[in-house]
Amino acid sequence: MIEEQSIVKVGMADLNVVQRSGIIRTVGLGSCIGLTMYDPQLKIAGMAHVMLPSSDIAREGQLNIAKYADTALPALLEKLLHLGASPSRIVAKMAGGSQMFAFAGTGDTMRIGPRNIESCKLKLAELHIPLIAEDTGGNYGRTIELDASSGILYIRSVQTGVKEM
Amino acid sequence: MEVFKHFKEFKMDVLKEVGNIGAGNAATALSLLLNKPVDMAVPKVQLLSFEEISDKVGGAEKLVVAIFLRVEGDAPGNLFFILSPEAAKSLLNRLVGIPLEGEGFFDEMEQSALCEIGNILAGSYLSSLADFTNLSMSPTVPALAMDMAGAILSYGLLQFGQMGDDALLIDTTFLEGDHEVEGQFFLIPDPDSFSKIFKALGVPVDYD
Repeated sequence: MIEEQSIVKVGMADLNVVQRSGIIRTVGLGSCIGLTMYDPQLKIAGMAHVMLPSSDIAREGQLNIAKYADTALPALLEKLLHLGASPSRIVAKMAGGSQMFAFAGTGDTMRIGPRNIESCKLKLAELHIPLIAEDTGGNYGRTIELDASSGILYIRSVQTGVKEM
Repeated sequence: MEVFKHFKEFKMDVLKEVGNIGAGNAATALSLLLNKPVDMAVPKVQLLSFEEISDKVGGAEKLVVAIFLRVEGDAPGNLFFILSPEAAKSLLNRLVGIPLEGEGFFDEMEQSALCEIGNILAGSYLSSLADFTNLSMSPTVPALAMDMAGAILSYGLLQFGQMGDDALLIDTTFLEGDHEVEGQFFLIPDPDSFSKIFKALGVPVDYD
């Protein structure tokens, strides 16, 4: 895909940012969402690997805010702003939210991908961040990389190879 | 999640036995299908972070073939039967005589055969568990995917995800005699199912 350079890895239910020349990536997105925020002028790139749509269902004592769409997005935005990004310049891209297994009878858990997508979009609208590209849904896994120098998001899947947006 | 960290060794042993009985029966079923001996490793019961679970099959990006069943009933959970693509091809070759050549993805016929194999193995895993615990456990229709391990396994972690960043996994590997077919069973009971399993097996609830 791209030569190895400074790569920041974002794990499941995790978020992070890189600046200028770095690359930020997360691997093996299934029903999870890889959501990126980018300030093109200062070349600040942030990424969150969101696992669940809403922290309302959380039963954990110490809430991991990077795990839920409704808490991860504001936290990521905060991180970008902290580095000097301007709210008016930040744009978002997202990928993931697939339905890995097709079942006849599907409960809410099985529909987690579509619910994650909806929840992320809702939160982006609330935060007034435009979603300029997305590659969501389907029934396959994705690995994504955001290049902070260009703002290009590379999406790799087993069946379709690499695409950029 | 704290509660799982403090499971005493005794409880872990009980869960190991759960994996042992389930996978033991599945290995027997596979051995009958292949008409060859199938060995099984001692089950591992571990509380692992989400990343570590993918690492168990070679990392989140590793291409695997997985048959997934959701377990419903008294002690719900998720059951995965995971194979490398090569092992899956070898299984197909030996069980249904599908030729080994051909790269890449499985056609409809091959997928259906794999699903059925997974169904037989997972069915024997679960039915022996249900007999052993006297709990009702019924599998959903199996679903097959060939994709990145992280994308697949995250599906089984959603119930745990609501409680923390780790999951308790019962992992059993088995190997066919000449190691051409190696597979892994991952049973990930829902967090609430553990107390039911312990209770059904006569482990005192407050024994910790």
